Amino acid sequence: MTHRPYTPWLFLLPGLAVCLMFTIFPFLNMIVLSFTDASTLGGGRFTGADNFVRMAGDPKFWVAARNSLLYMVCVVPPLVLLPLLIAMLAQKAVPGIGIFRTAFFTPVIASAVVVGLIWTWLLDSRGLVNNVVEALGGTRVPFLTDSTLLLFSSMLVTVWRGLGYYMVIYLAALANVPKDLHEAAMVDGAGPVRRFWSVTVPALRPTMVLIAALSAVNGFRVFSEIYLLSGGTGGPGGASTTMVMLIQSVGRGLTGEVGYASALSLVLFVILLGLLLITLKLNRREDQL
Amino acid sequence: MKPAHLKPALRYLGLLSVLAISIGPFLWQFATSIKGPNEDVFVPDFIPDDPTFGNYAAVADVVPVWTFALNSLSVASVNVVTNCLGAAMAGYALARLKFRGRKLAAVVFAGSILVPFEAILISLFLVTRGLGLTDTLTGVVLPGSIAALNVLLLRNAFLALPAEVEKAAIIDGANAWQRFTRLALPSVKGTLVVVALFSFMFSWDDFLWPLVVLSDQEKYTLTIGLAYLQGTFVQNQRLVAAGTIIAVLPLILLFLLLQKHFFRGVGEGAIKG
Repeated sequence: MTHRPYTPWLFLLPGLAVCLMFTIFPFLNMIVLSFTDASTLGGGRFTGADNFVRMAGDPKFWVAARNSLLYMVCVVPPLVLLPLLIAMLAQKAVPGIGIFRTAFFTPVIASAVVVGLIWTWLLDSRGLVNNVVEALGGTRVPFLTDSTLLLFSSMLVTVWRGLGYYMVIYLAALANVPKDLHEAAMVDGAGPVRRFWSVTVPALRPTMVLIAALSAVNGFRVFSEIYLLSGGTGGPGGASTTMVMLIQSVGRGLTGEVGYASALSLVLFVILLGLLLITLKLNRREDQL
Repeated sequence: MKPAHLKPALRYLGLLSVLAISIGPFLWQFATSIKGPNEDVFVPDFIPDDPTFGNYAAVADVVPVWTFALNSLSVASVNVVTNCLGAAMAGYALARLKFRGRKLAAVVFAGSILVPFEAILISLFLVTRGLGLTDTLTGVVLPGSIAALNVLLLRNAFLALPAEVEKAAIIDGANAWQRFTRLALPSVKGTLVVVALFSFMFSWDDFLWPLVVLSDQEKYTLTIGLAYLQGTFVQNQRLVAAGTIIAVLPLILLFLLLQKHFFRGVGEGAIKG
């Protein structure tokens, strides 16, 4: 006998308690609540699909869903491509490379709040970026006060902050690309651009799919960047609100509509799960090739 | 034939451009934070005429920024300890002890990973309120105190250890706890450093959850304290800039300190496609 029958459960107790109490139970409760009219004050009657019917006719929901979707679609391509190019630059162990790699990772270490505040200041109507634009002969751009531009400014911040993070994942993957493939292609007379598309990209395809999935999920659930750039308002008239911002503003406070917020959360969960399943399917197809 | 030194030159040119893009914004924020009250902060000047650290003292006069920093530090430190210890214990049981229900326990942790935090935000707030923990730092720490992802990371690390040493310890009469603390834990130091660093970073940087749980200003962590500072004192960019530098500097120092372990830990397969 290596241990008493209850010993493993003593080891597991803290971890299981935290996961069951603060993840599994709230998750199941969220599903139940989404079919009720519960509020922050408690109570709540079963109201069937009422919350979902209301959602279908709620313009705020459609604005938030559209914004989150647009966000996701726009941040994925640059986040798949740019970090790869940076990783290829930073891959070779040239003198001083440690300093460069660490510096590239700095935006990842800084919190979304710090990054959001820094860029709010850079993109201010009288900020540094607008000063440069003006010096180059352009007119000041309303990066933070126009609801569409605000969304794109926030995407810029998300991409900027993601560069270093995904670079690290690419660096690990690039280390596994066999060197002789490159050498063979070079012997065959392939230039650097050709080698990138014919050797590097195919070898990295699984990593690229993973990064596309990660950045898509993170793009859809964006909150901090847009919250800070808009000063907590979600843009002029709330036109730049995203799904998580909407859930947060509906469910919070003394008048919080917990039932409706839960229904919105359930929709968010289903979309994110769908993204995950699509990725798994894409990865499986990769395995068959 | 191109000259041989042209290619390294091009590489450094590329590296330097990315460097400017990555840390330029931080330098601009730092420059703003040390500009004196008589200097125009809107003028694009990276080197102030009359640098001063007065803004760092002044920011503490308008909001209790050092209290915020202390709150963040306690939350993040507790988060590191609970995650390293709790996740290691659970991971050890899953990897190294045989018992009925092991699969079920593993499924609970794997399932937890699939639940996005944002989807349970409101429901989690109700649980925290039910426990009477709203507006407390305990309420901020508890939900993330043992992350399922860390349990699985450590489980994988323990699985990779050879079985022979442990068999010898069993023959010598060591019980499960002794084997865990004296044999298994010291062998997974690398993974523990990564778990610790990520737990600290995650907790120090977290915004959404503290924003929902805390309302008393004395309990604010740095992230929501800064958002509040910006909302209230947006006229004085020097103060906001000083606040952000206070928030980011400890993390940069910590990262520089542990950087070696980090890039190695990542390479080991903490994140692998």
